[in-house]
Amino acid sequence: MIFNLPFITVIIVMFFGFYAMVFRRNLIKVVIGLDLVESAVNLFLVSLGYVKGGVAPIYTSAPSTHMVLPTPQALTLTSIVIGVATTAMLLSFCMVIYKHYGTLDTRKVRRLEE
Amino acid sequence: MMSKIVRTQANFLYPFILIFGFYVVAHGHITPGGGFQGGAVIATGVALVAVAYGYDTIKKWIKKTHLTAAEGIGLLCFIITAFIGLSTSFFYNFLANSGLIFGNRVPYGINPGYLNTAGTLPIMNLAVGIEVLGGLSVIIMYMMAYGREVKQ
Amino acid sequence: MRNVLMSIVFLILLAFMLYVAINPGDFGSSTGEHFVFGAPKFTDMDNYFIHNGQNQTAANNIVTSIVFDYRGFDTLGEASVLFTAVLGVGVVLRLLGGGRNDE
Repeated sequence: MIFNLPFITVIIVMFFGFYAMVFRRNLIKVVIGLDLVESAVNLFLVSLGYVKGGVAPIYTSAPSTHMVLPTPQALTLTSIVIGVATTAMLLSFCMVIYKHYGTLDTRKVRRLEE
Repeated sequence: MMSKIVRTQANFLYPFILIFGFYVVAHGHITPGGGFQGGAVIATGVALVAVAYGYDTIKKWIKKTHLTAAEGIGLLCFIITAFIGLSTSFFYNFLANSGLIFGNRVPYGINPGYLNTAGTLPIMNLAVGIEVLGGLSVIIMYMMAYGREVKQ
Repeated sequence: MRNVLMSIVFLILLAFMLYVAINPGDFGSSTGEHFVFGAPKFTDMDNYFIHNGQNQTAANNIVTSIVFDYRGFDTLGEASVLFTAVLGVGVVLRLLGGGRNDE
């Protein structure tokens, strides 16, 4: 059981992210929750490719040639950059909403009249 | 604009952040790092100066047009480098092991690392680094300009 | 009331996800082998990259050679996504937001 400790960490971080996304009223905190879920997914991808006792897949002065899997790390790099792009987009929407309504509370933003 | 202590620290740290970022970009094929990571490091340097001096001062030094142009030029260089190898296939590494620029043969196995290797990878690293540097910096500049407008 | 219902749903979800994390079963395996953290089963592609990547792309960093050479289309899409995001931020903050950007 203790060998799956990274997976348990993934589940806990992802759960905190879901909690922030569903129960928090502030839009900035919703975006923070989305980032937490995304970080959990990145950690899950990297820990899937872990080989016991392996080193990073770089040959420059490597201690050994027993390496972890390189493909999940490359895909995680892609995922991180796309996460940065979506976060910038969401935060700019939050700024526009704040200027228009004067608040970031989702209950007050939700009203459709006027 | 923040206090003089913060501005002095930003002045001191800015060149080192830039040098470290370009080091990460240029050594992307032999050490951990690459274009995205190095570009993000350089963008943090721009963010540091922007926070220390405020938007009204920084907008005279760094033009948003230049950053947008850097972003476009980076993406264009990336696509052009990918298209040059089209005689074999898209994204073909035509410079590797060819003896031209970045074309030295790398010894197999563990080695101390040689800069003049890896074919088109350093060119693509540089192109993507320029693109990410321009993109993240221009996002910071847009947000600072808009936030100042919201505050008024 | 709604919060209580959502809390119950969340606790059930957490319990299920923790159970799967502690006992993955035959996750990712087609032959029913038990998944063990630290010993992935299907590594043919990664072994090919580790053993041949240095000869074919002449780069020491295998991750860079995958990102920019073997899977270049992924990186092209990723760069396009970043470009589009910057374009979208500019459009949202300058046009939709009603902001006037001098210069």
